[in-house]
Amino acid sequence: MLTAIGVMVLLAIVIGTVLGWSAIRFRVEGNPLAEKIDAILPQTQCGQCGFPGCKPYAEAIAKGEADINQCPPGGEDGVKKLAELLGVEPKPLDETHGAPKPKSVAFIDEQTCIGCTLCIQACPVDAIVGAAKQMHTIIASECTGCELCLPPCPVDCISMVPIAEDLPHWKWKHPVIELKQVA
Amino acid sequence: MSRELFRFKGGVHPPEHKAESNSRPIHAAPLPKQLVIPLRQHIGNPAKPVVNVGERVLKGQLIGAADGTISAAVHASSSGTVVAIEPRTVPHASGLPDTCIVIDTDGRDEWIAHEPLDYRALPATDLRMKLRDMGLAGLGGAVFPSAVKLDPGPAQACPTLILNGGECEPWITCDDVLMRHHADEILQGAAIMRHLLGSTEILVGIEANKPEAIAAMEAAAANLDFTVEVVAVPSIYPGGGAKQMIETLTGRQVPSGKLSTDIGIQVFNVGTAYALARAVHHGEPMISRLVTVTGHVLRPQNFEVLIGTPMQTLIELAGDRDGTTGILMGGPMMGVPMPNPGVPVVKATNCILVQSRELFPPLPKPLPCIRCTRCADACPAELQPQELFRFAKAGDFGRAQEYHLFDCIECGCCSYVCPSHLPLVDFYRYAKSEIWARERDKRAADLARERHEFRLFRQEREKAEKAAKLAAKAAAKRAELAEGGARPEPAGAAQADGAPAEASDADAKKALIAAALARAQAKKADAAPKNVDRLTPEQQREIEEIEARRAKIRELARKPLATEEDA
Amino acid sequence: MTSPTLHGNDSVTRIMAWVLAALVPGVVAYVWLFGPGILVTLAIATATAVAAEAAMLKARGYPAKPFLLDLSAVVTAWLLALSLPALAPWWLIVVGTLAAIVVAKQLYGGLGQNIFNPAMVGYAVLIVSFPAQMTHWPGPLELTHAQLTLAQSAAVIFGGEVPRATLDAVTMATPLDTLRTGLLQQFTVDEVMRQPVFGRFGGVGFEWLAFAFWLGGLVLWARRIIDWRVPMAFLLGIWLAAGLLHFYDAGRFGSPWFHFFTPSVALAAFFIATDPVSGATTPRGKLIFGFGAGVLTIAIRTWGGFPDGVAFAILLMNLAAPLIDQYTQPRVYGEARAGKETRP
Repeated sequence: MLTAIGVMVLLAIVIGTVLGWSAIRFRVEGNPLAEKIDAILPQTQCGQCGFPGCKPYAEAIAKGEADINQCPPGGEDGVKKLAELLGVEPKPLDETHGAPKPKSVAFIDEQTCIGCTLCIQACPVDAIVGAAKQMHTIIASECTGCELCLPPCPVDCISMVPIAEDLPHWKWKHPVIELKQVA
Repeated sequence: MSRELFRFKGGVHPPEHKAESNSRPIHAAPLPKQLVIPLRQHIGNPAKPVVNVGERVLKGQLIGAADGTISAAVHASSSGTVVAIEPRTVPHASGLPDTCIVIDTDGRDEWIAHEPLDYRALPATDLRMKLRDMGLAGLGGAVFPSAVKLDPGPAQACPTLILNGGECEPWITCDDVLMRHHADEILQGAAIMRHLLGSTEILVGIEANKPEAIAAMEAAAANLDFTVEVVAVPSIYPGGGAKQMIETLTGRQVPSGKLSTDIGIQVFNVGTAYALARAVHHGEPMISRLVTVTGHVLRPQNFEVLIGTPMQTLIELAGDRDGTTGILMGGPMMGVPMPNPGVPVVKATNCILVQSRELFPPLPKPLPCIRCTRCADACPAELQPQELFRFAKAGDFGRAQEYHLFDCIECGCCSYVCPSHLPLVDFYRYAKSEIWARERDKRAADLARERHEFRLFRQEREKAEKAAKLAAKAAAKRAELAEGGARPEPAGAAQADGAPAEASDADAKKALIAAALARAQAKKADAAPKNVDRLTPEQQREIEEIEARRAKIRELARKPLATEEDA
Repeated sequence: MTSPTLHGNDSVTRIMAWVLAALVPGVVAYVWLFGPGILVTLAIATATAVAAEAAMLKARGYPAKPFLLDLSAVVTAWLLALSLPALAPWWLIVVGTLAAIVVAKQLYGGLGQNIFNPAMVGYAVLIVSFPAQMTHWPGPLELTHAQLTLAQSAAVIFGGEVPRATLDAVTMATPLDTLRTGLLQQFTVDEVMRQPVFGRFGGVGFEWLAFAFWLGGLVLWARRIIDWRVPMAFLLGIWLAAGLLHFYDAGRFGSPWFHFFTPSVALAAFFIATDPVSGATTPRGKLIFGFGAGVLTIAIRTWGGFPDGVAFAILLMNLAAPLIDQYTQPRVYGEARAGKETRP
C-alpha cells in the first residue's frame, strides 16, 4: 500500500517536472495562430468580413471573436483551410458578407476620370497611381479586386473587369472518372 | 558499339508503327495562302512583335524579337503582308487563343538578305545572342531556347555532348528520316555545339529500331575530323527522353531539380543540330521543320513544313480519310489533342497524328485503383504513381509534392500499363498546374499583404509627422504668447486674418470640385450606357440592390477613416 | 483522357482471371485428394459473392456490370472457399462470404478501397464465431479409404441426413490440429509426427495440395501477375521463424518444412498475401509485409488459440501496410543514392 502511494507520488513528481520543463523549453513566442490564419486569407483587404483588412480579421478569428466563414474572396476553399487549421467543422460562407465572385481587377475609364484622388485614398494596397486633377490608372498586377475604390468615386468611372483565362494561366482540370455512370 | 550501356528503370514497349511513314522521301509542303505564327512557341517569355499590320515582310525576316534571356525570336516563314497581330487558336491542349502574327503570303517566297556566320571567329556570347535572334529552340518537343542550353555555365565546359536520335514515341519518324537524309548537316551542327560547349566526348544515341539512320550517321561520322560515337540503344519507351538517354549512355542520373550540365552532360535533339547547322552555315533562321503526318491518312510521310502552316493542309496533302476522330500533336504517348485541324504548325510540332476509331479505339471505362503497382514498375522516374494519383485525386497537393510529383516527366507509361485504365497523367498535370496556380496566388497575396502593411505604416508615419508639426507649431505659439503676452493684438489679428483666408481657400476648392463634377456628369451623360433608360422592373430592382450594397460598403469603408480622424 | 491515347492490354479482369486460372490446379488436386465436396463449397461461395456484390453495388448506386465483370468477387469467394473445411455447412459458407463481400469489401468502399483482405476477414469471422463447424475437414482419401460422392458431399453440406458413421469415416483432424493437440498433451514433435496423418513433408495429401497451390503460384509469378517479393518474403518468414524455433527445441516446435508445406501457407504466399489492394506497395514494403506475415503466422500457430495463424497474420499486416508504405518510399530518379552520389 505504502509502496503504491510512494510510486504514484514519485511518478507525479517526475511527470510534472518533465511537463513544466518542456513548457518553458518549447515556449512559442508571439501569436503564431493569427499569423497562420493571415497566411490563409487571400489578402484582398476588402473589408467584406467587417474588419478593416485581413490581419485584423485574422486576429479576431484567433481570439474567437469572428467566425471563419466571413471571407467571400477566400471562398469555400478558404473556409475549408481555416477549418482545418483550427480543427473545427467547415461551414458554408456567411451570405451577409457577400458572395464569392470571379477574380477581377478594377479598371478606370480614363475618359470619365476627373482626377479627384478619392480612389487613391481608398485603395488598401496603393495600386492606383495618379495625382490631383491628373488622370488615374490602376496597376493591374497589384490590384486585389477588393472594390473599395468603387464607392468613393464621384463619377463612377471605375468598373471591375473579370480576369480572363489566358494561356500562361490556364489550368488542367480535375479529370472526371465516372464510376457511377448509368451503364 | 562496344560501349557499355545502362538500363534505366521502367519503360514500356508500345507497338512502334514507324514503318508507315519512314519509307517515303521528304516532301516540301507547298506554300500556304496564310501563315499564322504564334509568338509563344518556346519555353520562356513570348517574343515581342516588331512588325506592324500592313507591313510587307520577307522570308526569314524577324517579326518577333526575343524578350529576355530565356526566349527565342520568331521569323516570317515566307514573304507577304502582315494582315493581323491578334489572338488566334494555337496548338495547345487548352484550345485557348494566343497572340499570333498572321501573314498573307505573296507566293514569291522572297528571302531577306542572309549570310553564313563564321562561328569560330565570333565570341561565344555574341554567337549565342545571334542564335537566340535566329529563333533556335529544341525541336525534340520541349522547345527550350537552344542558346541557353549552349551556354556551358560557370564550369566553362560541358565534357559530354549527346545528340538524341532516340525518337521512342510510336508513329513519329521525323528524326529517323532526317538522320537518313541529312546526317552530314546534323554532325555539322554537332561541331558547332562542341565548339560552344567545349565538349570532348560526342555521342549519338539512336534506338536500335532505326538501322538505316544508324548506318547513315556512322557513315557521316567517319568523315569528320573529330570523334563521334554513334550508339544503338535498346528500343524502350521512353528511352528517347533526355534523362533516360543520359542514363542509357553514361549510367548517370541527372540529380533531381538540377540540369544535366551540372553533371557535365548536354543533350540536343538531332533536329536541333540540323537547324543549328542551317542557321550558322546558311544564315537561315528557324522557319521550317520536319513534320511526320501519319495515322489515319492515305500516305503517311514526312514533310518539310514552314512554321505557321495550318495542320489541315498537311493532312490533306497526306490524303485525309473519312472516320477521323481527332488530331494529336506529337505521338500517342505524350501528344496533346488539337482543338481544331486549322491550328498552325509550330516549332514543337514533330508529328501530326490523325486518329480513327480503328487505330485508337476508345479505352474501357476506368475502374478504381487496385494498387497493383504496375505503374510503379513502369515508371522511368522511379516514382510511386499510385500514391501520386491518390494524393492528386484527393487534392492533397502537399503530399503529392513530398512524393516527388515534379519529377514526373508525364511520359504516360503508368497510364499505358494501368489495368484499371485510369487517366493517371491527367491527374498529375492537374495537380501540377493547381500547385503552380496556388503558388502564384500565394505570391500575389504576399505582395498585397506587404503593400497593405506598407500603406498602414505610411499612414501612421504621416499622422506622426503631422502631429509633430502641429506640436511644434503649438509650442512655437506658446513660446510666442509667453514671450509677447503684452502684444496679443497682432496675434489675434493674424488669426483673424488667417481664418477667412483658409475658409475662402476651401470655398474655392469646393467650387472647383463642383465644376469638375458638373463637367464629368456632362461627359458621363454622353458616355452613359444606352441600355439603362428602358429597364424592366426586375432589372431596376437589381440595380437598386446593387446600389444598396454599394452604400453599405461605403459605410464600411468610411468607418476606419472616421476612427483615423478621431485619433 | 488527353494522353496517352494508347493502352497495353492489361485489365483488372485479366489479372483476376489469371488468379482464378492459377487456382485451378489447387482445386483439381483438392478433388483428387479429398473428394469432390470442395466443388459444392466453391459453387455456394461464388453464387453468394456475386449476389452480394450485385446487391451492394445497387444499394451504393454503382453499375453492377463493370464491377462484376472484373471478377474480384469471384476471386474472394474462391480464396475463402479454399480456406474453409470442404464439408462445412452451407450457412457457414454463406455467412463467411457475406462478411467478406458486404462488410470487408463493399462497406469499405468496394474494389480497391478495402483495407483488409476480404477472404481473410470472412475466414476470421467464421473461426471466431463457429470454431466447431470449422473443423469439418475431410481426411485425405489415402488415409480414409472412403469417399463421399458429389451428391453425398452436397447432402452433408446442406445438412441432409448422412449416417454418422459415414461422416466420421471421412472427416478427421488436420495435421496442424493434430500437431497442436499433441503438443498440448505434452507429446514431443517426434511422437506426434509418427501418427499416420503426417507424410513426407507435411500432412498426407495436404502436402500435395500445397504443391498444387505452389504450381499455380509459380504460374502467376511467371506471368508477372504477382510480384515475387511478397511470396518470397512470406515463405522466408515462415521458414526462418519455424526454423529458429525448431532449432531452439526440436521437441516442442514443428519442423520448418512441415509448416512450409501446409496448403494454407502456399495459398497465402501466392494468392492472399499478394492481394495488391490490402498489401504494401513499395518494393521494400512488400518484403517487410510478406516477411512479417510469415513470422506472425508461425507465432500464432505456435502460441495462439487457433489452429492456423495465416488469416490473422495477414489481417494484422494489412493494418500495418500503410505505415510500411510510408516508411519505405523508394529513392526516385535523380535522388542521391543512400551513402553516395550518383554513379560516376
